[in-house]
Amino acid sequence: MIQLMELTVNGERHDLAIEPRRTLVDVLRHDLGLTGTHVGCEHGICGACTVLVDGAPARACLIFAAQVEGAEIRTVESLSPEGELNDLQQCFSEHHGLQCGFCTPGMLMLAEGYLAEEPEPTTEEIREVVASNLCRCTGYQTIVEAIDDCASRRRAAFQEQLAGSRV
Amino acid sequence: MAAEPPPRDPHLRRDGAWVGASVPRREDPRLLAGRGRFVDDITLPGMLHAQFVRSTEAHADLLAVDLDEVRATPGVVAAYTAADLDLADITAELDRPPHEFVPTAMPVLARGKVRYVGEPIAVVVAKDPYAAEDGVEAAVVEYAPLEPVVTDLGALAEDAPLVHAEAPRNTLVDVSLFATEGIDDVFASAPVVVEVRSKTGRQNALPLETRGVVADWDDRDEQLRVQTCSQVPHQVRTVLARCVGLDEKQVRVTVPDMGGGFGQKCVVGREEIAAAAAALRLRRPVKWIEDRRDALTAAFLAREQRYTVRAAFSADGEILGLDADVVCDMGAYSCYPFTAGIEPLMASAEMPSVYRVPAYRVRGRAVTTNKAPTAPYRGVSRPQYVMVVERIFEKAARALGMDAVELRRRNVITVFPYTGVNNITYDPGSYLESLDLCEATLREEGWFSRRSDDNKVIGIGFACFSERTGYGSGAFAQRKMQVVPGFDLSEIRMDLNGTVSVTTGTLSHGQSHETTMAQIVADRLGVPYDRVKIVQGDTDRITYGWGSFASRSITIGGSAVAAASVKLGDQLREIAAHLLSGDPEAAVLEDGGVRVGSSWLSYADIADVAYLKAHLLPKGVGPGLSATASFDVGGDGTFSNATHGCVVELDPGTGGVEILRYVCVEDCGVAIHPQVVEGQARGGIAQGIAGALFEEVRYDDAGQPLAPSFMEYKVPTAMEIPDVRIEHLETPCAFTENGAKGAGEGGTIGAPAAVLNAVNDALRHTGVELDDTPIPREAIFRALETS
Ligand code: FES
Ligand code: FES
Repeated sequence: MIQLMELTVNGERHDLAIEPRRTLVDVLRHDLGLTGTHVGCEHGICGACTVLVDGAPARACLIFAAQVEGAEIRTVESLSPEGELNDLQQCFSEHHGLQCGFCTPGMLMLAEGYLAEEPEPTTEEIREVVASNLCRCTGYQTIVEAIDDCASRRRAAFQEQLAGSRV
Repeated sequence: MAAEPPPRDPHLRRDGAWVGASVPRREDPRLLAGRGRFVDDITLPGMLHAQFVRSTEAHADLLAVDLDEVRATPGVVAAYTAADLDLADITAELDRPPHEFVPTAMPVLARGKVRYVGEPIAVVVAKDPYAAEDGVEAAVVEYAPLEPVVTDLGALAEDAPLVHAEAPRNTLVDVSLFATEGIDDVFASAPVVVEVRSKTGRQNALPLETRGVVADWDDRDEQLRVQTCSQVPHQVRTVLARCVGLDEKQVRVTVPDMGGGFGQKCVVGREEIAAAAAALRLRRPVKWIEDRRDALTAAFLAREQRYTVRAAFSADGEILGLDADVVCDMGAYSCYPFTAGIEPLMASAEMPSVYRVPAYRVRGRAVTTNKAPTAPYRGVSRPQYVMVVERIFEKAARALGMDAVELRRRNVITVFPYTGVNNITYDPGSYLESLDLCEATLREEGWFSRRSDDNKVIGIGFACFSERTGYGSGAFAQRKMQVVPGFDLSEIRMDLNGTVSVTTGTLSHGQSHETTMAQIVADRLGVPYDRVKIVQGDTDRITYGWGSFASRSITIGGSAVAAASVKLGDQLREIAAHLLSGDPEAAVLEDGGVRVGSSWLSYADIADVAYLKAHLLPKGVGPGLSATASFDVGGDGTFSNATHGCVVELDPGTGGVEILRYVCVEDCGVAIHPQVVEGQARGGIAQGIAGALFEEVRYDDAGQPLAPSFMEYKVPTAMEIPDVRIEHLETPCAFTENGAKGAGEGGTIGAPAAVLNAVNDALRHTGVELDDTPIPREAIFRALETS
């Protein structure tokens, strides 16, 4: 059985003809060639497949593509469309928040979604959020530090902007 | 042609060296952008997808495998049993007599008998992974169940059923490496004898990326091309060629980006061979990606060991002897290339650890059971025996009424080189200094006073240990492996515009070799590290390599890369001196070129001559710029060392353990990239904590795995893993090219001991001592409840 559907990923519209049992992560990776999103468990625990659905982090292995027709989906590929790393990615690199890099796209999207929602988190809150995903390489500390650093840089930049607009 | 050198890079260390600078990782941009290439990211035209029909029985005769329905499943292209593919078995042997080692074969697909739940019986190849799964479900397998062997003690029982008919008492390895004469008298007359009985849980190395492969036959190159996530591509080539009956040159194994390995991928897997054999048969690309359930139940496991260790001490706390019996439950098969000897031989050879032990006796056994087979896992046996030896010191301290850290101080090796009772020579390290600094750090931070807080159950634990890294051919030969890993080969080339590419036989899968190896080359040649391209993981481009395991990459691979760079540098100096009419002896490599007296020639200019104006080269110098070098460790390898200190708080309400503080004082000689070294330590400690407190692969009495998903197999998250304070000491290695020692495993080795000692310290008022891991919560709860 094949179903026709329309999916919006990273601002681009795609027409698909797929089996209804096809998961979002399989569609992203294998039908759209967006292989940045990874698969670590296919049962919703590891978070390697985390993408943003209408801005909120979601497990792409637990969702059928058909369920998110009409939603705005964002994957790791949207963070640096022209090759230049964004501030969050830069912070991961500076803090050595990745080793093998397999969990990284999921961690980045988790953090991206979270910081948009909560721009002033405490380190403990960040740690709790990072605990939704698994990393086998880093011991997590540098991931938490990277996100923390990114949050402060964004706040500083925002303050500067405010100060600038007041002048 | 002479010119001025370019300005210096801001990332260089102040003394002008790349080694020692935490430069941005070359790997990061692609991995952060989601543009890495992992094996499941690879798609080839016409590619098919494989999955496996796996045994549902732990131990059974295989009566019939009916694949008719499988082949009729929509989307399924082919399905093969062992008989259909007719592949040679995977075998790995030790050169030891039959009473010490029993060779067993691991068939690529089960034949006649199944020996664990999850064992591959047939491979199903289909147009997409969903159809392959459908096909697998349609298989009909008929078993005649046999009584399963599910524990080490069960395996050794007199009337135990045999997992392999050729291995009596299910014993694959039984070696007594050392037995100091008169050791029984030492124990008989010793004032204090303590004993530790410890059982450690079976663990999964658990790379976040499961195993996988893409294979296809290429008619133009007449090659079976295999892209696989393996730490040991050349060994995969050898086994695959042997199994399918091709020449080595007809197989090309390449390794894309890899999502961790930790040892699980440093042995040859049966599924990667079967998938490649199917691709060869079908002349179509075949991909296999292991799903998490299979990774948790049917992939290579590790660490299930039982120790019975006694130690004798003098009245003033000097260790007099160590008497050990180690049984390792290796599961159903011996792995290639290490064999089932990997764990018992490691434990036997190195157990005296960092202490001056004058008398030593050990018996190490590997038993086979009806559980998934094992492979080396980060630290191999050392997390276990270090834990046992560190428990010994805690118990002895109690028996002697001494402080346990003080007791360690009295016995730790301080004069180097030190040749132990185990015939190993330990190169200089900072055993005592690391112990002192770790204790002082926790004291300064105030943890010793918080320990006596009456309202809380707080304990402090230490682990002092060293870790042999850089096992050369000599060290592995002592294990009597038939296939002896050790050396590394490197080929270096400079291209037209002065950029450098260099091969390494090691294989980075998270350890940052693209960066750290480049730093090594950069220093030797005086070029920026981002002008150096590391070539790894390709059996066609790399003559031979042993891959990455046993913390060998920087010690051995890094040395080979350095040696090759020096040779290339000699070539560059010779040519430049000729072109500038100077003395080659006076020529120095500097700032991306060669300086001879007051003139300087860039590498690009030299390369221009070497490739495009060869008539200008000195007499006797051929065109091109390239060199090859190899490196092996002559002696016993080099020992990294560390002391870990851990503070825990126990929850009397639940028996839970919270780690309040973790300090690691480590010494891996010269750190090429300190940030990467710290990353290895932190990640290793997380895995050690996982083994101490959370993770265990359990089976029921029928041999059915009880943890087939992440719901049951509890991988710690950021909430369970603490921040780690790291302090560095540096005792450079005298015989590796860069002064570096290995840094990949130490974290994992020290953590179980530090955590277990801390928990026992917190339980000190209860009279209960716990020696097994993962530490059972209920036992802590009960101990606190009754006190
Ligand atoms: S792959 Fe989706 S949560 Fe693990
Ligand atoms: S960096 Fe390897 S799993 Fe996180």
